[in-house]
Amino acid sequence: MTTPVIELRDVSRRYDDGPPALSDVSLTVHAGEAVAILGPSGSGKSTLLNLIAALDRPDTGTVTVDGVRVDGMGEAASARHRRAKIGMVFQFFNLLDDLTVADNVVLPAQLAGMARGEAGRRAAELLEALGVARHARAYPGRLSGGERQRVAVARALMNRPALLLADEPTGALDTASGEDVSALLTELNADGQTIVVVTHDLALAQSCTRRTIQLVDGRIAGDVVAEPTR
Amino acid sequence: MSALGRVVRSGVGRRRVQTVVIGLATTMAVTSSVLGGSLLVASTAPFDDAFAEQRGAHLSAQFDAGKATVEQVSGTATLSGVTDAAGPFPTASVTPDTSVGPENPPTLTVVGRTDPGGSVDAVTLTEGTWVDGPTEIVLSADGPLSKTPTGSAVGTRLTFPDLPGAPTLTVVGLARSVSRTADGWVAPSWITSPEGYQMLYRFSAADTAEQVDAGRAAVTAAVPEGALNGSQSWLVLKKTADRSIAVFVPFLIAFGVLGLFMSLLVVGNVVAGAVGAGTRRIGILKALGFTPAQVVRAYMGQALIPAAVGTALGVVAGNLLAIPMLAETEEVYGAVTLTVAPWVDVVVILGALAMVSVTAWVSALRAGRLRTVDAIAVGRTPRPGRGQWAARLTARLPLPRPISLGLARPFARPARAVAMTAAVLFGATAVTFAVGLAASLNQVQIARNHDSADVTVGSMGPGMMGPGGPSRRPAADPAAISAVIDAQPGTRAHYSTATTRMTVPGVADFTKVVAFDGDATWDGYQMTSGRWFDKPGEAVAPTTFLTATGTKIGDTVTLKDADRTYTVKIVGDVFEMSNDGMVLFTDARTVTITDSEPQRAGHFIALQPGTDVTAYTNTLDTALKPLGVNAEPGGKNQASETLILINSLTATLTLMLVAVAAMGVLNAVVLDTRERVRDLGVHKALGMTPRQTIAMVIASVVVIGAVGGAVGVPVGVALHDVVLPAMGDSAGIGLPASVFTVHNPTGLVLLGIGGLLIAVLGALLPATWAARTRTATALRTE
Repeated sequence: MTTPVIELRDVSRRYDDGPPALSDVSLTVHAGEAVAILGPSGSGKSTLLNLIAALDRPDTGTVTVDGVRVDGMGEAASARHRRAKIGMVFQFFNLLDDLTVADNVVLPAQLAGMARGEAGRRAAELLEALGVARHARAYPGRLSGGERQRVAVARALMNRPALLLADEPTGALDTASGEDVSALLTELNADGQTIVVVTHDLALAQSCTRRTIQLVDGRIAGDVVAEPTR
Repeated sequence: MSALGRVVRSGVGRRRVQTVVIGLATTMAVTSSVLGGSLLVASTAPFDDAFAEQRGAHLSAQFDAGKATVEQVSGTATLSGVTDAAGPFPTASVTPDTSVGPENPPTLTVVGRTDPGGSVDAVTLTEGTWVDGPTEIVLSADGPLSKTPTGSAVGTRLTFPDLPGAPTLTVVGLARSVSRTADGWVAPSWITSPEGYQMLYRFSAADTAEQVDAGRAAVTAAVPEGALNGSQSWLVLKKTADRSIAVFVPFLIAFGVLGLFMSLLVVGNVVAGAVGAGTRRIGILKALGFTPAQVVRAYMGQALIPAAVGTALGVVAGNLLAIPMLAETEEVYGAVTLTVAPWVDVVVILGALAMVSVTAWVSALRAGRLRTVDAIAVGRTPRPGRGQWAARLTARLPLPRPISLGLARPFARPARAVAMTAAVLFGATAVTFAVGLAASLNQVQIARNHDSADVTVGSMGPGMMGPGGPSRRPAADPAAISAVIDAQPGTRAHYSTATTRMTVPGVADFTKVVAFDGDATWDGYQMTSGRWFDKPGEAVAPTTFLTATGTKIGDTVTLKDADRTYTVKIVGDVFEMSNDGMVLFTDARTVTITDSEPQRAGHFIALQPGTDVTAYTNTLDTALKPLGVNAEPGGKNQASETLILINSLTATLTLMLVAVAAMGVLNAVVLDTRERVRDLGVHKALGMTPRQTIAMVIASVVVIGAVGGAVGVPVGVALHDVVLPAMGDSAGIGLPASVFTVHNPTGLVLLGIGGLLIAVLGALLPATWAARTRTATALRTE
């Protein structure tokens, strides 16, 4: 068995006086796995993603990512951890409109202090690999949804993260673009990238991941690993 | 409460930063305006009222009785342009003994008049009766003899020992002439051999110095050459009367204008920002049925409520701050009590609210015009990118990425950036102006005190003669004192002065004449123009004296004491404020000052470098004891109350302006941060630390601060160079060059950095807020 990239032990999270968003959740994700977290609206998917990404802290329990406890981290430490270990892809891409595609992609490396030349080469490689190199000098607003999400993936991979988190990565895309992004994630996982996809789209989950975790009312209602297809 | 009222109330409550900024900006503008307006009114009203009531003389002329006949002088009353005239009245200079008044009474200019009334200079009798015979005299209520240690001088007797028969007159009344036509009035028959004749004129046009000069020229031309040996314009008197308070007006107007612009800028920016940030809300309001006019009114209301509160606070602050300055004017006009004119408050209130309304209306018009569907759609589609070129450019700079991201930010919102730059500019202008003004006033203080002397002997100094009159002269012989000082080791230079009072024909006020023995140029005397005197017969005098006597550098002036007349040539305009500027400095050999005359003396000593002042003073004091005088360390002169008041006011108004400027930046950065909260979330999700976030937000105002500072500093210097001469002019004094050259390159660079600090100060709070915003929350924000 490979090293765990994600380890959650008895994690609970409640917002104000509402019902628990997550309740006693424990799970482990190993390196190289592709995991889909499924569930209806309000099931705790986004909360789980935020805890893994160190964007939020649990009320109880521990969260370990790539061997580092993140549940007690301060803002600065979690930011440094995120840029070193985690790449994030969002439903609405969250590209910065006033930066070119290349500048968007290179940003995490620049925040991490990577040398300018090295960052530029890495960004060019990624854009080439993801098929959007011709848009390097364009602004995100001129790209199609699928192209924007490819750029977002390139940005997420910039610092060679141990973990790629994708939050509804096809939610804002048409069917063709959605399939395109799904194929891209499959491809990345095939190359060894650990991926966690949060979605309510079963088709996406089945197409790009082998393991599916079902969340219902903040609890894990199912954790299924599909047999590999031949 | 109506739907509109609820929207306004919620807007005011939700946007606390904007509310505070508008309130503070309006307070600042209204405070300055009330102060400036009140003082402008107060500085002119009492004199103007009294002048109108007494039908004051536009020109008081003094004719030499030896050069013009009564008929020739009378004939000037019918000259073209003369609408009214009084006189000729016989005049004489007389010196009473010391039975009443101060120890050393001055020479008085007395005028023979049978009637205090008339069509020109209707003198107001403030106490007693008018003269009714050759044994009576009425004294000027403003003169030094009007009061005795026990009260009014009415009923006392004055003896004139210098006149034939040493006549004695009974003081039967006190009177006030706004035209300051005499120190005393007697029956014409008392002046048996007049020195001159006084004529008082009113002209058809006398609003400007040129018009009065034209009238004077016509009079001069109508009498034999040299017959007109003195005259006084009403404009000079008005300036003298007004100047104690008028000196405040130019710089208060400068602050008022700065405050007003700042207020309008902030209000416009805040309302435009609120409209920009609340576009979606506006769409929802319209979708719910609000008409465009109602939406505009809602946003105007959000600006007007804090503006009204700010206006009320500003009126209170302005009135309170005006009290100490109006008190100065009260002193000038005796019992007259001055308060802030109510109409000034009303005009400022209405004006401020009207301007805020118009600015808010213009800024809110966009809200009314927005199409509902577009407004609701805002935030869901990517905004067209502005300033992308700047982002591209800064990305290439060899700077940490958060810094280069921040530097590009102002170009994405150019209008907001311009407004922020203007706020910083006004702040930097105010600081530069205030620092320059303080430095200039410090120079004025130095020039006024001229107390470079390390040690003084027997006197407070020639510039320190107070209204109570001079102290008595030390009994010792000045030459003996000088000999002791010369013999003292460590003496580098010294000079002595003797002071007396003389009159200048045509000028009612006495002139303080200071006679210098030795070189005094090292003691901080500063020339406005011309040069220091360097031989007997030459003299220097301040602008006030030159203006009052109608003389300029190169002219000669006649000085009179009890029985002697001196003619001196003016070679320089010296900065001097004692005796209200009616001072003349000359060489000791020019005038004769005897022991029997009102005078005092002092010795002023500069020591060689390295000399212990205390030890020197003690040794000298011991050596001088046998001569009956003391030695004291120099430099004891205190700062003037007026200068302290100006400095305090400047500091207060500058702090307010800087606070408003910083609040203007704060407001704009808050708006910007709120609009970009999602982008902030993205940055943080990508690994931007809180410190990097703060750096990015601070960097977004660096260019603004630098530009605002770079432009604001020269504007502040220019404002200083305009306002300072205006203040000098209002006070009726010329200023030496040292007062203007107060800025140096290092200081200006530091002031420019001050602009940057204002911007950073304003951005610090929203930067911290941005750094603390939880990433997950920011990412969820639309």
